[in-house]
Amino acid sequence: MKYIDEFRSGELAAGLAAAMRRDANPEREYRFMEFCGGHTHAISRYGIADLLPPNVQMIHGPGCPVCVLPIGRIDQAIRLAREQGAILATYGDTLRVPASQRLTLLRAKAQGADIRMVYSTSDALNIARANPEREVVFLAIGFETTTPPTAVAVLTAAALNLRNFSILCNHVLTPAAMHAILSAPQGVPLDGFVGPAHVSTVIGSAPYEPFADDYGKPVVIAGFEPLDVMRAVHMLIGQVNDGRAVVENEFTRAVTRTGNLRAQALVAEVFELRESFEWRGLGTIPASALRLRAPFAQFDAERRFTVPYKAVADNKACACGEILRGEKRPQDCKIFGTVCTPENPIGSCMVSSEGACAAHYTFGRFREAAA
Amino acid sequence: MCLAIPAIVVELRDGDNAVVDLDGVRKEISLALVDGIAVGDYVIIHVGFALQRLNVDEAERTLSLFRQLGSEALGAASTVGARP
Amino acid sequence: MKAQYARPLDVKHGHVDLSHGSGGRAMAQLIEELFARELSNDFLAQGDDGARLADPRGRLVMATDAHVVSPLFFPGGDIGCLSVHGTINDVAVMGATPLYLAASFILEEGYPLAELARIVASMARAARAARVPVVTGDTKVVERGKADGVFITTTGVGVLREGIDCSGARARPGDAILLSGTIGEHGMAIMSLRENLAFDAPIVSDTAALHELIGALLDAVPQLRTMRDPTRGGVATTLNEIARQSGVGMLIDEAAIRVLPPVEAACELLGLDPLYVANEGKLIVICPPEHVDAALAALHAHPLGLAASLIGYVHADARHFVQMQTRLGGRRIVDWLSSEQLPRIC
Repeated sequence: MKYIDEFRSGELAAGLAAAMRRDANPEREYRFMEFCGGHTHAISRYGIADLLPPNVQMIHGPGCPVCVLPIGRIDQAIRLAREQGAILATYGDTLRVPASQRLTLLRAKAQGADIRMVYSTSDALNIARANPEREVVFLAIGFETTTPPTAVAVLTAAALNLRNFSILCNHVLTPAAMHAILSAPQGVPLDGFVGPAHVSTVIGSAPYEPFADDYGKPVVIAGFEPLDVMRAVHMLIGQVNDGRAVVENEFTRAVTRTGNLRAQALVAEVFELRESFEWRGLGTIPASALRLRAPFAQFDAERRFTVPYKAVADNKACACGEILRGEKRPQDCKIFGTVCTPENPIGSCMVSSEGACAAHYTFGRFREAAA
Repeated sequence: MCLAIPAIVVELRDGDNAVVDLDGVRKEISLALVDGIAVGDYVIIHVGFALQRLNVDEAERTLSLFRQLGSEALGAASTVGARP
Repeated sequence: MKAQYARPLDVKHGHVDLSHGSGGRAMAQLIEELFARELSNDFLAQGDDGARLADPRGRLVMATDAHVVSPLFFPGGDIGCLSVHGTINDVAVMGATPLYLAASFILEEGYPLAELARIVASMARAARAARVPVVTGDTKVVERGKADGVFITTTGVGVLREGIDCSGARARPGDAILLSGTIGEHGMAIMSLRENLAFDAPIVSDTAALHELIGALLDAVPQLRTMRDPTRGGVATTLNEIARQSGVGMLIDEAAIRVLPPVEAACELLGLDPLYVANEGKLIVICPPEHVDAALAALHAHPLGLAASLIGYVHADARHFVQMQTRLGGRRIVDWLSSEQLPRIC
C-alpha cells in the first residue's frame, strides 16, 4: 500500500533506532508523552519500545476520545435508545465502553435497544432517510479529526430538511487537554510531546505554539505510521539536547501550519464552544468541548429530547484518571489484568484499543511478566 | 479517533463524492472537506471523508530523510565497531 | 385409472413454508425433489432416518459444526459448500480420513426454494469433489424471523490413520510452526460484502476441503504434532489455543505471514487485523524441527499449499504467550481475541 508500507519498513526503522541511540544522551532520561491514542496503539502494536534507547520513555496521554468519554454520556446514549425509542448510530469504538448498571451499548443492544454501528456519518444520515418515522441519533465523539465529518452531516441534514436526525455531541479539543495535562499541580514531569497526526491535519501546527512558548516543552507533530513516531521522538531528543522548545512538524506530507481551512470553517459554522465539559479522568475543563450553534438546535439531541446528564463517578479501584494524565502506567493499576481485562473492562482505558491499558494488555504485557 | 489512511483518487462523482483505490480495493468517500482534488491525487481518508491531500513530494522527501539518517547512524556505528 | 398426479415442487418460484418441516407430505416432497435429487447416493436412496455405515477399520473420529454465515452466498462459495468443507477439515486435522457427513437444515419460513436448491447443489458438488457423501440428514422449518434464511449443521465421521497422533496438546519447545497459505480471505470476502466495498478483483473466500492436502502432508511427515484450521478468530486465536493446550509459548515472524494485497487493504480500510480474520481453507501445522523441509515440500506440491511458509517456533513459556516479531523489528504479543473484533475507527 503506497505511502503506508514504506513508513513501516524494518530496515528504515533500524536506521532511525541507530540515530536515536547515537543522539540520546546516556546521562539523562527523556520522558515524552504521545498525546494521541492512535500513536499509543502504533507504539504497542509495532513494539516500538524495543527500538527506543533504554533511557527514552513514552508516557501515554489522554488523546483517546473513547477513553475520556464520561460514563454519564454513554448512559445518555443508552437512554435515548431505550426510553425515546431512537435508533442510536455509533462508531464501533464506543460499543463496549462500560456504563451504569453494568450496561454497555452492546449489552443494551442485546437487550433490545436499536443501536447500530456505522463507519461514517453518511451511514447515519442514510438510516435517518430510510426510517422517516423513527428518530435517529448519532453519537458524535472524537477530537478535531472527527468533528468536520459531523459538521458535514449536520449541514447535509439541514439541506435535506431531515426532521428525524440529531446528534449527541461529545466532540472535544486537543489543545485544551494538553493544557490540562501541563498545568496540573501534581503534573507528571515531561520533556516534550509527540503531537497528534490527523488532528493536526485539520487544525494545523499553529495551535501547539503556545505550549512550546508558555511551558517550554517541545512539540513534534508525528505522522501515523511507526517510522513517523520514531522520527518524531528522534526530533524531540534533538530539541531537548539543544535546549530548544519549538513546534516541529514530522508529518509534512499532510500537516501545514494553518491546517485544513475549509474543514475548520465548516466546524465554525456548525459548532460553538461549551463553557466547560467533563472529561473522564481529567475532570471538568473549561472551553474544551463543542456543542451545536443555535441555528442547528433541532439537530442537538440534548435540546431535542429530555435526557439530562448525570455525572457518574468511576469505580474506586479504577486508575484510568491517573493513567490518562500519565501519572501511572497501566501495570501500576491494582486491577490491571486481573479484574480489569478487555473481556471485562472496568474503565475506558481498557475498552478502546487505543487506551493505554488495552494497548498494553493486548500487545505488551509480556514485558512485565519477563521482568 | 486518528485512524486515517492515504489512498489514490480514481474517480470523481457527483455531490462531492469520489472513489479511492487502495491496492485494488475501491471505496466511495466524500470530498466535502477538501478543495481541488483531481483523479490521481492521494488523499488521507478518515470515517469516509478525505481530510487532506497527501503531499507526495513531502512523502518522498521524508522517506529520503529516513534513509539518510539511517545510513549516517549505521555508518557511524560500524566505524565505531571497527576501531581497534 | 389415471396415475396419481402429484404437483411437483415449484423450485423456481416457491418458498419454504411451515408445512415443509411438519413431517408430512410436503416435507417428504421437499426432501425427495430438492435434497435427495442433488445429494443422491445409495445411503439417502434407502429413505431411512439413519444410515448404515460400513465397518470402520480403525478408531473413529467425529466432528460437528453449525454454519450460520450471513450472507449465504459470497464470492468463492456459499453456506452449502462451506458446511461440507468445514466439517471435512475438522475431521481431517485430527489425522483421520473423512468418510461420511450428516447434514441438518433449519430453514426460515419464506426462504426462496430456488436459493435453497442452489445451496444444496453446491453442497452436493463439494461432497462429490471431496468424495465424502452426505449420508443422512434432517430438515426443520422455523417461523419467519427466527433464522437467517438457512442454518446448516454438518457432522462428519472418519477413521484415524494408523500411527498418527495429532493433537493440540502435543506442541513442544523447538517445534516449527507452519502456515499453509495466505490469510484473511474468507472473513474479508464476507466483510467486504457487508460493508459495500468494491474491488477490481473481488476478495474470494478460500473455502476448501483440506483432507487431501493433509493426507499428502501426513504421508511425508507422520510425526506431525498438531494440525488445526484457523477459522473464526483467525490465526491468532488458533495459535493461542494450541499454546494453551500444550502449555507452551510461541514466537512468530510477522514478515513470514503472507496477506494478499486486497485483503490487507480491505483490513486497513475497515480497521481490522488480518491475524484475527477467519480462514476456511488454511492450515496451521506444528511440526518437529527436523521434518520442516519435508513438510513444506509436501505442502508446496499441492495446489492448496502453494504459498505455505514457516512462520515461527514453539518455545517454553509458562505464561503461554504467542509473541510476534513485528515487521518493524520490535516485539508484541498476539493475544486472544477478547470478543468479536469490532472495526477500529481510531
